[in-house]
Amino acid sequence: MSLVRPGRVAAVVLRHFYLIRGSLSRVFPLFVWVGIDMVLWGFISRYLAAAGGFRFSLVTALLGAVLLWDFQARVMQGVTMAFFEDVWSRNFLNVFASPLRLSEYLGGLVLSSIATSAVGLAVMLVVAVAAFGLSYAAYGLLLAAFLLVLFLFGIALGVVGAAVVLRLGPAAEWFIWPIPAVLSPFACVFYPLATLPEWMRPAARVLPASYVFEGMRAIVAGTAVPAGGLLVGAALAAADVLLACWLFRGVHRYAVRTGLIARYAAESVS
Amino acid sequence: MAEPSIASVAPVGSTAEPAVLAAEGLRKAYGAVVAVDGISFHVRRGEIVGLLGPNGAGKTTTINMVLGVLAPDAGRIAVEGLDLATRRADVLERINFAAVYSPLPGNLTVAQNLRVFGMIYGVPRLAERIEELLAEYDLARFRNTKSGVLSSGEQTRLSLAKAMINRPRLLLLDEPTASLDPAAARDMRERIRRFATGGTGGALWTSHNMNEVVEVCDRVLFLSRGRILLEGDPRALPAEHGKANLEELFITVAREPLSLGEGQA
Repeated sequence: MSLVRPGRVAAVVLRHFYLIRGSLSRVFPLFVWVGIDMVLWGFISRYLAAAGGFRFSLVTALLGAVLLWDFQARVMQGVTMAFFEDVWSRNFLNVFASPLRLSEYLGGLVLSSIATSAVGLAVMLVVAVAAFGLSYAAYGLLLAAFLLVLFLFGIALGVVGAAVVLRLGPAAEWFIWPIPAVLSPFACVFYPLATLPEWMRPAARVLPASYVFEGMRAIVAGTAVPAGGLLVGAALAAADVLLACWLFRGVHRYAVRTGLIARYAAESVS
Repeated sequence: MAEPSIASVAPVGSTAEPAVLAAEGLRKAYGAVVAVDGISFHVRRGEIVGLLGPNGAGKTTTINMVLGVLAPDAGRIAVEGLDLATRRADVLERINFAAVYSPLPGNLTVAQNLRVFGMIYGVPRLAERIEELLAEYDLARFRNTKSGVLSSGEQTRLSLAKAMINRPRLLLLDEPTASLDPAAARDMRERIRRFATGGTGGALWTSHNMNEVVEVCDRVLFLSRGRILLEGDPRALPAEHGKANLEELFITVAREPLSLGEGQA
């Protein structure tokens, strides 16, 4: 028997499709905030470029960085939001007392996230290109590599967020929302890693995103992208996904051992 | 009390049909508190077994262990001979449940909920099955209604429709009629009875309504402090213990379990 039944994964995705389709409050956040980010940073880039003195394209550097960072955050939120829907509707018993395997459940959350983050990415691309002239030709094929690394890292963060909430209870969702903001100084979204003080650099080097943004800046500066760095970033991101799934599985086992799932209706179980 | 073991219900190598549910030596403790203390029981095809006892007796803990959302500290659970610990997904495909504390997502419609859970349980010809259930549980007019706005009786019917969607071999019902008016509760009992007499599966039912238990259950297990204190036919058991009816027996179990032999267990 196969480990993953596509029909069960599709059921998880379908549930989130039904939720989004029937709710304007779920549809708007898919594109409104990223659209606003693009417009805001597009004008900032344009203003700074007009001030002059830069040896590179500010639109490509700043707006491109915002786009990539927002994409990663949307992927993470896509996973956590899909998970939170089960938290908010107290659906855990129905889900975890069913034949759905953890791999199928997480697979469904990830596919749901791909769908929702793709909407955000498309909106960002349209706004950045049409309104501010961001040229993706500058990134070339490396754009796909950048997106893949950030996608994997976003998935890992989302699964970790779901594990934390499963372990600590619904109130712990407030630990999850700030994660992208907390990581952003270390991810070196807008400045080179060398800008960081020494003590922050090790943390930056274990974040896959930092390698993406270093690569992006190399393109903007017209220098060679350090292929080794990008490969390290990809390997770290893949390892993070595995670690995140391992963590979720461990938390789920703990929840089954202690009765956490059965008692999850309480606001906080910690 | 001699309780049937898994081996006695389905001897290894025998051609006898295994019990729908066989639980052997189940134990669960939360720290120093022993919620379930080494109980063994079985449910046969076509049988409705009542799991009775006062609050905190271990009924819901037992049901959660059978549902696979709570791991026993000791013991084994098998459904149609399949071990829950090693064949979890295969076992859970054969089970379903309805509990008043576990409603279906209120932000999906009735039909959407049935479709999603039908896919999770791998139900063949799902569209056809959903139509059958909508008709059988009088939910057709609510097909496109969000489940969260249904009355409690309607939500209970939906929970039961979901519980039946995979034609379970074992149906677990945790106080399914707790929020129903008398007429709706009677309809519910008739549906469960029809399920059992259909002969395809068995049911484990918890309830605090003793009249209902007498009407529906073929056999009852009285739990007290995590142990099975009494077992038998709910219509005969009160007289065997010098009580006028099952409710009186229940109250005795709740207040004076030692008088019924708990200390001997």
